[in-house]
Amino acid sequence: MSDAAHAHDDHSHGHPSGVMRWLTTTNHKDIGSLYLWFALIMLFLAGSMALLIRAELFQPGLQLTNPDFFNQLTTMHGLIMIFGVIMPAFSGFANWQVPLMLGAPDMAFPRMNNWAFWLLPMAGIMLMGSFWLPGGAVAGGWTMYPPLFIQGGISYDLTILAVHIMGLSSIMGSINIVTTILNMRAPGLTLMKMPLFCWTWLITAYLLIATMPVLAGAVTMLLTDRNFGTHFFNAAGGGDPVMFQHIFWFFAHPEVYILILPAFGIVSQIIPTFARKPLFGYASMVYATASIAILSFIVWAHHMFTVGMPAAAQLFFMFSTMLIAVPTGVKIFNWVATMWKGSLTFETPMLFAIAFVCLFAIGGFSGLVLAIAPVDIQLHDTYYVVAHFHYVLVSGALFSIFAGIYYWLPKWTGNMYSETLGKWHFWLSVIGMNIVFFPMHFLGLAGMPRRIPDYALQFTEFNQIATVGAFIFGFSQLIFLAVVLRTIKSGEKATSRVWEGAEGLEWTLPSPAPYHTFETAPVVK
Amino acid sequence: MIGKWQRVGIMGAALAYSQSTLAEYAYNLQTPASQVAQDVFDLHNLIMLVCLGIFIVVFGAMFYSLLKHRKSVGHKAAHFHENTTVEVIWTVIPFVILMGMAYPAARVVIDMKDTTNPDMTVKITGYQWMWGYDYLNEGVSFYSNLSTPREQINGTAEKGENYLLEVDEPMVVPVGKRVRLLITANDVLHSWWVPALGAKQDAIPGFIRDSWFKADKIGTYRGQCVELCGKDHGFMPIVVEVVSQEDYMAWVEKKKGAATSAAADNTRTFDAADLMARGEAVYEASCAACHQADGKGLPGVFPPISGAKIASGPIDAHIDVVLNGRPGTAMAGFADQLSDADVAAVVTYQRNAWANKTGDLVQPAQIAAARNGAAGEAAASAAQ
Repeated sequence: MSDAAHAHDDHSHGHPSGVMRWLTTTNHKDIGSLYLWFALIMLFLAGSMALLIRAELFQPGLQLTNPDFFNQLTTMHGLIMIFGVIMPAFSGFANWQVPLMLGAPDMAFPRMNNWAFWLLPMAGIMLMGSFWLPGGAVAGGWTMYPPLFIQGGISYDLTILAVHIMGLSSIMGSINIVTTILNMRAPGLTLMKMPLFCWTWLITAYLLIATMPVLAGAVTMLLTDRNFGTHFFNAAGGGDPVMFQHIFWFFAHPEVYILILPAFGIVSQIIPTFARKPLFGYASMVYATASIAILSFIVWAHHMFTVGMPAAAQLFFMFSTMLIAVPTGVKIFNWVATMWKGSLTFETPMLFAIAFVCLFAIGGFSGLVLAIAPVDIQLHDTYYVVAHFHYVLVSGALFSIFAGIYYWLPKWTGNMYSETLGKWHFWLSVIGMNIVFFPMHFLGLAGMPRRIPDYALQFTEFNQIATVGAFIFGFSQLIFLAVVLRTIKSGEKATSRVWEGAEGLEWTLPSPAPYHTFETAPVVK
Repeated sequence: MIGKWQRVGIMGAALAYSQSTLAEYAYNLQTPASQVAQDVFDLHNLIMLVCLGIFIVVFGAMFYSLLKHRKSVGHKAAHFHENTTVEVIWTVIPFVILMGMAYPAARVVIDMKDTTNPDMTVKITGYQWMWGYDYLNEGVSFYSNLSTPREQINGTAEKGENYLLEVDEPMVVPVGKRVRLLITANDVLHSWWVPALGAKQDAIPGFIRDSWFKADKIGTYRGQCVELCGKDHGFMPIVVEVVSQEDYMAWVEKKKGAATSAAADNTRTFDAADLMARGEAVYEASCAACHQADGKGLPGVFPPISGAKIASGPIDAHIDVVLNGRPGTAMAGFADQLSDADVAAVVTYQRNAWANKTGDLVQPAQIAAARNGAAGEAAASAAQ
């Protein structure tokens, strides 16, 4: 029945069907789904690389890879997880949810929306395809530091092009989100009444528009140094390799918050729903998000404490970095205060949100340890840093993405997911994730450098534990795939409210949300 | 020097040590062997204790709420939100805690950056993939390569106790002396790190950055390169031998003697067997990492030498590549690292090993001539 209605709906607007429907679609829901499927495919590709890395590191000695291929795996794992998984997944949520939450009929620029998405698979193919080029994929680390990056072969130029294309896609997506949020809110929905997810994305979009051109500039300088005889980063020609690091991290530290602010937004939607209690401090959450975004522009050199900078510069970047703990703390306290004296239930989205708060805080604490410059100098480029950013990006960003999918999938598909399978996915993920990444703190403290394919014997036990955890974590994601596929096909029918405590415009719509929604704007009082 | 919270640190350390006696795992930073490393160790313990305290308070509250305020035990939701007093308190308290951390941290930063009044200075240069050491006061220079045999890495031999953390020529320093390090690189970024000494500094080609350490205890301290520098990033360890002043003086004398006999080699004439034997050893240490032990290279990444034109064409061109490298590629020049005798031997080896059967013998005098020729050309072009 609903299929027939759908087909009719498409037909009446003259939409093509099959592949052409997806290639030419300008519908925010279609494009949201495309982003999310792209992110899921890339998650399995980059996750497979991680498992190969962990398999090589199961014991000392070289068994499965050679050092050059190993470096290709770590580099591509990082690039794809950041630009191909976390960022597109958040864009997918923005496309689905921002118009639904604002009571808008679609995104502000639907055609640009289509183009912003379809650039991504092109960049993804270039990156993945470079494994089969002479010399293999890029192996200089996702940070692309020269002069090493200048030495590489053709795949390095291809990676620069792919980064440009992904940056273009992000900028277009961000302009679309900013315009939609500022201009297309339903009558009565003032900025300070807007769901927090929209606020976090609004701020994220500004960060992207501000920093993506900086990255584009940095990689363009790499391109001309490699091919056209410039010496931006070559001391022999009057350049400076460290200048690249300053430019890169001026982009990449805000990028870190681009990867986590939308996660804060998703979790801030979920916790009040399952606590059946409004968010404790809405306004302070908005101000904390804005403070984190502003601070992110003045902390970049804490990634570079070991390059050797004057004591005054080290102190400045140490203090500014420590300051970030204040607004981040405000967020954590707010989530806990929202749960306090609520009426809590523990469906899968809430479980992932609680794990997010707790484990992201561990990543925050290790971040505070790393903010202390003398300690950072000991731990820089060791597995401690690997542990830190995986706590922030796996149990932070990725868990929030899982939480959001479980939370909104019934609204998107009209079907409830299997709570049993969801809980299996949650418990295996949370246990597996901690087995992989917690021992890495100890490895870093004991002195194991990151990005090495082979290690000294005293690091063996913790590496073996981490590898076992990685395979538990990796394979439990197949459960997630099964849950999503089953929910799309079948399952108990969802009500329009879906969750007892859910608040917001999207829950006033039937489930599944019709192909076109809010063609007449609702009025918010 | 940091009495009060040193005690706090010792408590934390005691906790870590009691665990490490249970198993041979390390749960904390390596045992410090210098004051800076000790300060960092204490600072880390202090921050960990503060973090642990905050974690217990905040997540104690959260887990209490998860247990008591659940719908299944019949808890009804309260509807409070927004409370300015609470929000100001939980903004101010973390700020005060951070100020408390910032003061001791700043003191250590300033101490670490103070490289004045050294007792001796050593220049350290990162290469793909080894370290070079120049003792500026003593005039001693050498290169330090990984000494773990390839068979152990490939799994055909049992791994030794110091697998991947052993070198042919360790850096030797006297105990209790302030050693100033001038750190740079020849090709790409590297980073010199010995955890127990608390010294880590990136090596940046074209720039010299300084750092320092003063080792408190005699012993052997091991570290690794910690900045990704290409294929063999994981295979360029650092070993520092801290010895008594007398042992250090004896070591300096021995190194100077070795330098004299190496210089004598440069004026000798070798026979074919000596050149091939010496050449194979030099090839293993300096060439095989890229061009491989069988001379076939890695397709698409590193070109072969076996059967290649460079090894059967003019000898002068071959010597030139070994001495000066190929600019813009990973092929570095070895003019500074290898003696005339070493270059002569390795060129002879490359021209007569594997598929290469030129029968050429190259003598140290030819290398000296090539070096002088290059210097002469440079002088001529400068004169123009």
